[in-house]
Amino acid sequence: MAEAAHQIAERIPINLVVNGVGRTLNLVPWTTLLDALRDHLALTGTKKGCDHGQCGACTVLVDGRRVNSCLTLAVMMDGAEVTTVEGLASDGTLHPLQQAFIDQDAFQCGYCTSGQICSAAGLLAEGHARDAGEIRELMSGNLCRCGAYPNIVAAIQQAMGRP
Amino acid sequence: MNNFQYSRATDVTDAIRLLAANPGARLIAGGTNLIDLMKENVERPSRLIDISRLPLRKFEETADGGLRIGALVPNSDLAYHPLIEQRYPLLASAILAGASAQLRNMASVGGNLMQRTRCAYFYDTATPCNKRNPGSGCSALDGLNRNHAILGTSASCIATNPSDMSVALAALNALVHIAGPAGERVIALTDFHRLPGDAPHVDTNLGAGEIITAIELPSRGFAQNYSYLKIRDRLSYAFALISVAAALDLNGNAIREARLALGGVAHKPWRSLEAEAALRGKAATPDHFSHAADLLLQGATARAHNGFKIELARRAIVRTLTQAADATPQSQSHKKIA
Repeated sequence: MAEAAHQIAERIPINLVVNGVGRTLNLVPWTTLLDALRDHLALTGTKKGCDHGQCGACTVLVDGRRVNSCLTLAVMMDGAEVTTVEGLASDGTLHPLQQAFIDQDAFQCGYCTSGQICSAAGLLAEGHARDAGEIRELMSGNLCRCGAYPNIVAAIQQAMGRP
Repeated sequence: MNNFQYSRATDVTDAIRLLAANPGARLIAGGTNLIDLMKENVERPSRLIDISRLPLRKFEETADGGLRIGALVPNSDLAYHPLIEQRYPLLASAILAGASAQLRNMASVGGNLMQRTRCAYFYDTATPCNKRNPGSGCSALDGLNRNHAILGTSASCIATNPSDMSVALAALNALVHIAGPAGERVIALTDFHRLPGDAPHVDTNLGAGEIITAIELPSRGFAQNYSYLKIRDRLSYAFALISVAAALDLNGNAIREARLALGGVAHKPWRSLEAEAALRGKAATPDHFSHAADLLLQGATARAHNGFKIELARRAIVRTLTQAADATPQSQSHKKIA
């Protein structure tokens, strides 16, 4: 069945607005949004960690909501606005979260950082986190194997204006 | 991930037609479980039918004071909806106890009901599993079964249902609205999931070609006295070892009605009408809660590694009922258990 499907699989045209720029792609349907960003649009800021939705390194914003791009099929996102870590800064000025991660030394190896920052951007937009405990809970989908969690929480608090 | 064809359904009727015309096809909405299973080669659909754009995202008040929720409402939108927070906080709490913020943003209500077990042997295509490959055997029976079921098991399967949301829906007597080739029907959430029996590959009573269109909450939300307590190996973002949904209707300290459902213990949310009846008319005291726990856990059996769940469940039930009676529901962000 898989082989038969392969032979007749068509590439599907999709339109995305990625970091404010309209992009048209022709993709086989099993392309994840993560692979579309990294392999087809050369936006490698979004990281592939576990590729199973367990680590959060692939977190991007789709229509303003944080999602795991590894568990998202690109063809299903036709017409969506996608923001990756490359799209957070504007006119050479870092996003407040990016600046806060630097100020608070909120990363060590850095592999999880793009996902952490995009996830934190989603968290700020959602507006449900009011203190450090709620930040920790609502950031639990982003793992940091270096264990920089206290500084990540501090960075998010800084960006929130330290509640 | 296997190669597959892709269709976008234009409406519910179209989705049902596409399902009938494509044996081996699967519906996809949030995709959080299905795509993962496809990456593991556990699911190998010939075609994905994308239903994510269908107009199933409404919240509608029902004539009898309940709420009907479209099957494509994302889990996060459901948990944070003002009507859910106010009238059904048990449901909001259970949803927020599950998964991560990203996954809750993606996963749909209908998809949550359809998610499959996280039994490691179900995921491991190198091992026998009656759910993945009927008739091949159950590797969990004599394997690593610490996370597995203690109630309603069979010689074919001891997997658990992983959903938190479903546990609260079971306690709230929710209904599932279904559309299919033969028309529309409504079944109780407690009848939606199945026990494994000798057909553990069939998770639910959803028929061939059918699609979930909505869930419905009856008017009673038990918003005053409820709690959802989830016990797991880490503080967040892990599946339940044991979870308890408790809801009480109190008159002073006397119980007018009790609802009690367990997660992490069976192939479906576990309820016992006998346990709930035993609480009716009784004082809300630990002794009575403990007796109800015994009734709810009647028939519980352990394998080599999950015996701890029986006592853990007993204590969690008493604790959760106490939280509900005291109107101090478990916080899902501050995890100290009061």
